[in-house]
Amino acid sequence: MGRRPFFRRQKTCPFSGPTAPKIDYKDIKLLQRFISERGKIVPSRISAVSAKKQRALSQAIKRARVLALLPYLIK
Amino acid sequence: MPNYENVYLARPDVSAQQVEALTERFTQIVAEQGGKVTKNEYWGLRSLSYRIRKNRKAHYSLLNIDAPPAAVKELERNMRINEDVIRYLTVLVEALEEGPSAMMQSKSSRDDRPRGGGRRRDRDREDEYDPAERAAREAAAREPREPRAEVTE
Repeated sequence: MGRRPFFRRQKTCPFSGPTAPKIDYKDIKLLQRFISERGKIVPSRISAVSAKKQRALSQAIKRARVLALLPYLIK
Repeated sequence: MPNYENVYLARPDVSAQQVEALTERFTQIVAEQGGKVTKNEYWGLRSLSYRIRKNRKAHYSLLNIDAPPAAVKELERNMRINEDVIRYLTVLVEALEEGPSAMMQSKSSRDDRPRGGGRRRDRDREDEYDPAERAAREAAAREPREPRAEVTE
């Protein structure tokens, strides 16, 4: 096993696969995992969310923000 | 007819009954325009993530609507006029979900789980154990083949 110095394990999208949760703007518990300490949306290169799901996720987070379910920023 | 989800926030100083009445009125408005409210949920008085019109809390309600676009337009117009509604959001959805939404599910699961996490509580409880009993337990852990009854005696 040639473990390269900067080997990174292949991450998979948390929203693909049979048991994947549905992205819903009402599911704050799920969405909260994809926002940073400051309240920013975590980039997909870190959370490993696929591009398509990231678009859906970001829309869901923005909708939750409108309803004050999630903050726009945490000071 | 298209499906919509509407969530609206009511002022915190109105009572839950008044919110119920408000929901009733909005349901009526949709019905007058030839639509139907298939489900309504009251999420309760929740604290807001940020202040809206100087309010820190609001009553959240969800309406699942199956109605022509004109009905939604009329509904939103009424929500803008009504001073008890501090915010609303209408979303077009492919299909209306049946049964409780994610919000209701998370709320019910939060109710039967005590705050602070289960693990810490377990640790606290372990500290209360009798030292002798604890030693016996540790001995049992070291020699798993020994029958349990003998250890506790």
